[in-house]
Amino acid sequence: MKRRLVLVGNGMAGVNCIEHIIKLAPGKFDITIFGSEPHPNYNRILLSSVLAGDSTMKDIVINDWDWYRENHITFHAGQTVTKIDTIHKTVTSDQGVTVPYDDLILATGSLPFMLPLPGADKEGVIAFRDIKDCETMIEAAKKYKKAVVIGGGLLGLEAARGLLNLNMDVSVVHIFRHLMERQLDETASRMLQIELERQGMKFLLEKQSEQILGKKRVTGLKFKDGSMAEADLIVMAVGIRPNVALAKENGIEVNRGIVVDDFLQTNVPHVYAVGECAEHRGVAYGLVAPLYDQGDVLAKKLCGIDCAPYEGSVTSTKLKVSGVDVFSGGQFMDAPDTKSIRVQDDIDGIYKKIVIKDGKVIGAVMFGDTSDSSRIFKLIRSGEDIGGREKEVILGEGAGKSSGGSSVASMSADEIICGCNGVTKGAIVQAIQEKGLTSVDEIRACTNASRSCGGCKPLVKELLACTLGEDAVTASKEGICGCTAMSRDEVVEAIRSMHLTTGKEVMNVLGWSNPEGCSKCRPALNYYLGMVWPEEHEDERESRFVNERNHANIQHDGTYSVVPRIYGGVTSPQELRKIADVADKYNVPMVKITGGQRIDLLGVKKEDLPKMWADLDMPSGYAYAKALRTVKTCVGSTFCRFGTQDSIKMGIELEKKYERLNTPAKVKMAVSGCPRNCAESVIKDFGVVAIDGGWELYVGGNGGVKVRAADLLFKVKTEEEVIEYCGAFLQHYRETAKWNERTSEWVERVGLESIRQALDTPEKRAALVERIEKTLGLTKDPWKEIIETRELRTLFDDLPAPEAAAARES
Amino acid sequence: MERLLVAHISEIPPLRSRTVRVGGIEVAIFKLSSGELYAVENRCPHKAGKLSEGIVCDHHVFCPLHDWKINVKDGLVQAPDEGCVRTFAVETDAVSGNVYLKIASGSLSA
Repeated sequence: MKRRLVLVGNGMAGVNCIEHIIKLAPGKFDITIFGSEPHPNYNRILLSSVLAGDSTMKDIVINDWDWYRENHITFHAGQTVTKIDTIHKTVTSDQGVTVPYDDLILATGSLPFMLPLPGADKEGVIAFRDIKDCETMIEAAKKYKKAVVIGGGLLGLEAARGLLNLNMDVSVVHIFRHLMERQLDETASRMLQIELERQGMKFLLEKQSEQILGKKRVTGLKFKDGSMAEADLIVMAVGIRPNVALAKENGIEVNRGIVVDDFLQTNVPHVYAVGECAEHRGVAYGLVAPLYDQGDVLAKKLCGIDCAPYEGSVTSTKLKVSGVDVFSGGQFMDAPDTKSIRVQDDIDGIYKKIVIKDGKVIGAVMFGDTSDSSRIFKLIRSGEDIGGREKEVILGEGAGKSSGGSSVASMSADEIICGCNGVTKGAIVQAIQEKGLTSVDEIRACTNASRSCGGCKPLVKELLACTLGEDAVTASKEGICGCTAMSRDEVVEAIRSMHLTTGKEVMNVLGWSNPEGCSKCRPALNYYLGMVWPEEHEDERESRFVNERNHANIQHDGTYSVVPRIYGGVTSPQELRKIADVADKYNVPMVKITGGQRIDLLGVKKEDLPKMWADLDMPSGYAYAKALRTVKTCVGSTFCRFGTQDSIKMGIELEKKYERLNTPAKVKMAVSGCPRNCAESVIKDFGVVAIDGGWELYVGGNGGVKVRAADLLFKVKTEEEVIEYCGAFLQHYRETAKWNERTSEWVERVGLESIRQALDTPEKRAALVERIEKTLGLTKDPWKEIIETRELRTLFDDLPAPEAAAARES
Repeated sequence: MERLLVAHISEIPPLRSRTVRVGGIEVAIFKLSSGELYAVENRCPHKAGKLSEGIVCDHHVFCPLHDWKINVKDGLVQAPDEGCVRTFAVETDAVSGNVYLKIASGSLSA
């Protein structure tokens, strides 16, 4: 018999706890959730960004309706629990639903504190707490102009910023002299006020509200000093108080919040409380981090897993207002027994302060530049002794040296190495030591570190080296994937010398450990085979990543995005009209200009792809392929008053010439018409910059995961030379780079000089160009090919809905 | 047990898949290099990636979104990830080449 677990309150704290429980002990509980709001679980912290117009309501949903269904959770949305029977162990809602429990979690959150002013019940006076408040503000902004926010704290300022975005005239009333006085010192507070005033916010400081004016709807606010402010909308954001009514009325001990012990248990057995409604060791938190800490402990406790008790949280605050970076954490005010270090830069509007006590950082305030906040907050929490390096802490280690600069050895175990997958240094070191890992690939397979964007790979490598010692790492041999110990060069050499022409052959002959390879080596082999034997090797679609198989980019929801080829970024009214018509016809939810100056049609259903391509009647833009993506151009001499050469023409020629060519990784190009370099050619794989009387050719640039400025390879005089060198360069890259290796990594690996040498004589270039021409001669536009080939086209459709064959047959 | 005719064997290319909607569920039917067919719910337990679009190696499929590796025979997610996908029994009529999904009655009420 499953235990019956009931959660009262469908907010962030309670549902987070449930998420933990589902992971820790799937199937152990029959779970029921009650929520007063008629919505699935959403991220309340992001309400301000909904109000600011940066997100929609849909964006801030954490768990949608499907999640409840999939996890077999009974969810009573829009029902408020009004009674708890702790004797018979049941709860009852306002709609008369009664549910028995074995364990009960109260996560009733908090209520906005409404000032008991005369007139507070008028229309147009609201709090800023839930989706409904947010909607009220958005509605009010359509009809009214003047808004007053009472409260100059975190919540008030976020609400005010949102109202500014809604084009309202916003005044913030604050009873104190300084904004966010609970999080900021005077200096930071002043700087914040100046910045917000610059954004258009008005402030009425040291004003105590006395009365809300108006007949039915609010018209203004009167202060104790007799002055007044006009208002069509008043938002009270003066604080919150734990929502304890339910607990209190049903005999559960309540102080300011529901009193809980270190395992979140109330005075009643099997009744727990987490989040803003709970009071632990005299503290009721109103921030998100503690709620998660609490949820984590409670989940373990309920699942019967040993864990350390919850001992309270050190909190920090960040203001979520666009254009303003504010951070504060710990005890940031000066006291007789503390010392502090401050950095104040009025020119750039930067202020940082750390407060030190007994050689430890106990608090910090930052304004303008909060990039160090997580590092410093970690110091606050860890209580590490920083005696002797106080200045390093605030100025950063090895100031002036490349960004970050933190050596992996000095990182603490809980610091995150892989940001995509949240893998800490400790987890990696533990895996290396316990499982005897000796390569980055093994670490990836075991811990997920470096699995997504790969940006942390150098750090992982460094960590491996410093955990095992340099020798142990270099001694171990890394194959192209887990299926073989052979390197890229060995595999390509075998393909050439043994004349292997299919992936299956390679894997059989070279003794792959997995008979059919893996998602890493199969696409790689397909590329190498096509590069070595362009005519004989038949492209293996089943070894291509989905984007290259479906010739569009897969998106997280299973839809695709389609980018038609627009050579050099130059289009025409007819072409635009056609694209617009197609977007209309297929209800494309978003049309976007891409980073490479092309038009992206996002959110297309797979089955619509072939029809759309046919209607567009344009070539594929290859925005999904390991191939030439785009050639970005500036306006150049065609229109620009500085342009020295025709960059548009050059770009179009390059794009037409080299489109569809398979390359080891994606290739981006750009042509700039003058050294002002508006097309950003020096962060491209192949960049061309026009100079007076010639062209500069840059290679190995990257503006992506690891930014790298391109190297100047050659200077040439004519347009023909640009095309020739480009072809020779691309072919040399195709022949010597590893699959998935961007030119930026490749240039660093093989060295710029070796590339120069491969291209430095007309004979060498001619040989390379001949080989690339042969390959180019074999390319076909994939969109056209699919439209014209019925078997390929049908693969985009679902199979027809099944018939009940059994009935028909028997 | 319902036996639903969903495809002809020739409609699914080797090392590829086709999808079919049954009840409220999208099912991906994979054809391995041996010609055997296996069916799983077309939804990676990680972030709901369409498994039908993944690369198939022996009896595993790699989710196209984040490369999770899933055994299509038993639905189990392979290490370092964890989880399970729903599987469905598939039957091929050797004579006609018809492909059937076998589904316990009432199990598809999504």
